[in-house]
Amino acid sequence: MKKLFFLAVIICFANLAFAQSDKYTTSMKANIARLDSMMMSNNGAEISNNFERIGDAEKTQWLPYYYAAYCTVTQAYNEKDNSKKDAIADKAQQLIDKAESILGKETSETDVIKSMIATSHMMVDPQSRYMTYGPASAEFIEKAKTLDPTNPRPVLLEAEGKFYTPEAFGGGKEVAKEYFDKAKVLTDSFKPETELSPNWGGGALQYFLSQYK
Amino acid sequence: MYRILFVAIFFSFNLGIAQVKISGKVIDNHNKPLPGISVSILNSYDGATSDSLGNYSFNTIEKGAQTLQATSAGYKSFEQTINISGGSQIINISLKEEITELKAVVISAGTFEASDQKKATALNPIDIVTTASANGDITSAIKTLPGTQQVGESEGLFVRGGTASESKIFIDGTLVNNFFYSSEPNQATRGRFNPFLFKGTIFSSGGYSALYGQALSSVLLLESIDLPEKTSADFGISYLAANAGIQKLSKNKKSSWGITYSYVNLALVYNLIKQKFDYFKVPILHEGDLNFRIKTSSTGMLKYFGYFSTTNVGFRNQDVDSLVMKDAFGLKNFNMYHNLSWKEKIGSGWRINAGASYSSNRDEINNELQDMNDKKQEISNDPLYAYKNFNLLNKGKYANAKIIFEKKLNGLSAIRFGSEYNYSDEKSNYTQYDGSKYQLSIKENIFSGFAETDIYLTNNLAAKAGVRTEHSQLIDKWDIAPRISLAYKLPDNSQASVAYGIFYQDPENKYLPSSNSLHFAKATHYIFQYQKITNQRTFRTEIFYKKYDDLFKTGLNNGRFTAINNNGFGDAKGIEFFWRDKKTIKNFDYWLSYSYLDTKRDFLNYPFAIEPSFAAKHTASLVLKKFVTKMKTQFNASYTYATGRPYYNIDYDNNSGSYKLFDKGRTKDYNSLSLSVNYLPTIGNTKAKGFTVIVLSVTNVLGANNVYSYNYSANGKNKVAITPPSKRFLYLGCFISLGIDRTQDAIDNHL
Repeated sequence: MKKLFFLAVIICFANLAFAQSDKYTTSMKANIARLDSMMMSNNGAEISNNFERIGDAEKTQWLPYYYAAYCTVTQAYNEKDNSKKDAIADKAQQLIDKAESILGKETSETDVIKSMIATSHMMVDPQSRYMTYGPASAEFIEKAKTLDPTNPRPVLLEAEGKFYTPEAFGGGKEVAKEYFDKAKVLTDSFKPETELSPNWGGGALQYFLSQYK
Repeated sequence: MYRILFVAIFFSFNLGIAQVKISGKVIDNHNKPLPGISVSILNSYDGATSDSLGNYSFNTIEKGAQTLQATSAGYKSFEQTINISGGSQIINISLKEEITELKAVVISAGTFEASDQKKATALNPIDIVTTASANGDITSAIKTLPGTQQVGESEGLFVRGGTASESKIFIDGTLVNNFFYSSEPNQATRGRFNPFLFKGTIFSSGGYSALYGQALSSVLLLESIDLPEKTSADFGISYLAANAGIQKLSKNKKSSWGITYSYVNLALVYNLIKQKFDYFKVPILHEGDLNFRIKTSSTGMLKYFGYFSTTNVGFRNQDVDSLVMKDAFGLKNFNMYHNLSWKEKIGSGWRINAGASYSSNRDEINNELQDMNDKKQEISNDPLYAYKNFNLLNKGKYANAKIIFEKKLNGLSAIRFGSEYNYSDEKSNYTQYDGSKYQLSIKENIFSGFAETDIYLTNNLAAKAGVRTEHSQLIDKWDIAPRISLAYKLPDNSQASVAYGIFYQDPENKYLPSSNSLHFAKATHYIFQYQKITNQRTFRTEIFYKKYDDLFKTGLNNGRFTAINNNGFGDAKGIEFFWRDKKTIKNFDYWLSYSYLDTKRDFLNYPFAIEPSFAAKHTASLVLKKFVTKMKTQFNASYTYATGRPYYNIDYDNNSGSYKLFDKGRTKDYNSLSLSVNYLPTIGNTKAKGFTVIVLSVTNVLGANNVYSYNYSANGKNKVAITPPSKRFLYLGCFISLGIDRTQDAIDNHL
């Protein structure tokens, strides 16, 4: 009888633990699924808050903060009022710092976010901030490429950067093409580490590639 | 029985989780709904973000006593314990606004700020170097802002009816003596320091903080740059100068050093551009600077900047007293400047800012009366001509130190206090035409103490109140100078500010020593400002009244003008406008400033209160900037207009035994159009190893014949116009910065 009792207790706890981690995976998946529509529905703040809550509750997972930072920096990109951009980018910085401190290092993926943060600061006043944030953004892209040469996201970011840079400054649609092609090759062969690991960017890549048709 | 119990326990873990709905509305302290606020149960996944009407709603599986929290940047976070049992709950949340730099009103009366901090400012640091009329000179760029005068016959900033000596310049908090190259007769010299040395510039045309003193009119505060972004080598070449330098950033990015040398020779320029003066020694300048910067901790920074320069120049000009003779003026200058500053946070909201500077300056002036064949003339029987032959050696040593302690209080409020010490030791050796020598030595020690507080009552209302006390050893007097300013933010995000302050200044060394007892000259400022800064546009207007008391009067004492008493007085009032717009026309940026000044004063040898010769009634500047992306070129233009200034012939009248106005007039209106083009061939090219800028600029393109003032002959019968040394000036130069990329190092350090 006693044996049965212990068994039951063990099952219960195992079950509970499983339910807990299952809850994490389910919640993360649900929010990750919404990332692609974020640009259109402009609900980056809401999804970011969701991720941040998961991060705050879990305490040892870096991915929730990573995704929260990604949503927030995307918001900074989309914000039309330049005077609000810096504050949003600062928030993204805090989140990515949290993710990195849980990870204990910077990775290719966190550097991608940091490059985006530098770019959003630059967009506030490109003329006077280019000298500071332009090289910073490029440096994070280079680091991201070095830390993981198979990651398509730094290449995609570089391609988007080229796409929107005037031809006179060494950018333009044609110049960007080879970078998008490279991002496509990397995207096709990229295998995320886990089902929750970063794997965004496919939608944006398709959109940009469709511009060449 | 047991079995049933197990099953019950088992299921209660897995199933018996009923969801409870929690909803409500988030508002601020003015009952305005707040969208985008994250509301959650602490340490759970459950929560929601408020919608555009401030409503939120979510389901939770948590039970019992839980903490409901709401957070958002710019608001104090909200926490409330709730007890979750059976039914749904409605909880409305009221968030209190936090006083943050981004939202708070800025105490701005009297000041213009150009810095790259995140808050919107009227100017950016880059504006200083891309203003067409500035030619890379900091104060020339400042002269396109309201409150300043277009004085071209002597250097310095003449602000709101004040003389240049009433404006003081500070680098990293400490006073800079000899900011400008040594004076030459009837022409303004440039500032010594390269604008690229500074990341922030604050120009105050009045009502400034108690941290600064001994300036009746204005202060210009320059903040030097911190660590460079990367190691680089810089070269510059133009048809008048060549320079080379290196800035080295350490591997760990915690320290850097740099060194620059430049050589200026105006021979080619003066061959190509006709000069008013006849240069027998074409200006040659050697200049170098040296710096190191060390990040002493995550919040601490130690900076050193050192500078030296030597100048050698000589020119002849028509003598005002004689139609056939010339004055030959020669100047050799050596200047050295050192500045060491340190700032650090020392815990529990305390900060220290400390700085010290030492400089020395040596001017060797040789003046000769020459005939048409450039031969020295010694006419010892006529004092008028005899005294035109002289030698003057001026040696100055200056030391300044300042320490400020700051304690951050709630929100943005703070208290600051500290002290400042200014030492100057000036010696002059004058050799008269007959070889007799006269020596003078003036030493001054000024000790100052100050305290100031910033009080932010809300994001919309802030005050800065301070007091400063100063003691001058030279005149052996104390003063107490209170300062206060208030700023109020209006509902449309514009703001209104007022400032009041008393400012004291000791007599200028050139009017010393005095045999009389003197005290500080005094100015009282009253300023009202209205300002609206939006993302792309700035509108600012200021009305001011400035009252001068106890200005120094001078008299002749052994052939020298010396201060005799404090019976001078005066006032200045006016209105100023500034408008900047980057929005109306795409990629086109312009600003317009206008100043109206009504001022009179009685000081120095003025016989009574008159409009001073350095004040124009109306001054306006228009600055245009346009970047053409396709051409990688920035086009800049600036136009300045000022109404004529009065000029006087004031001389001693032996009959009445006092100074009299023998003649007066008004110059014609001043105008100048300047153009400059900056071509950046490497911009945006990420593969380029360097960054190149090619600059072409032309001042006074339209060739207006500007007259700054007039010099009178001793008998008052002849007057000679003081005009710019050349009608136009053309500058062409190329600057290259070779960046040494440290990306690879950074990666190596992380792996």
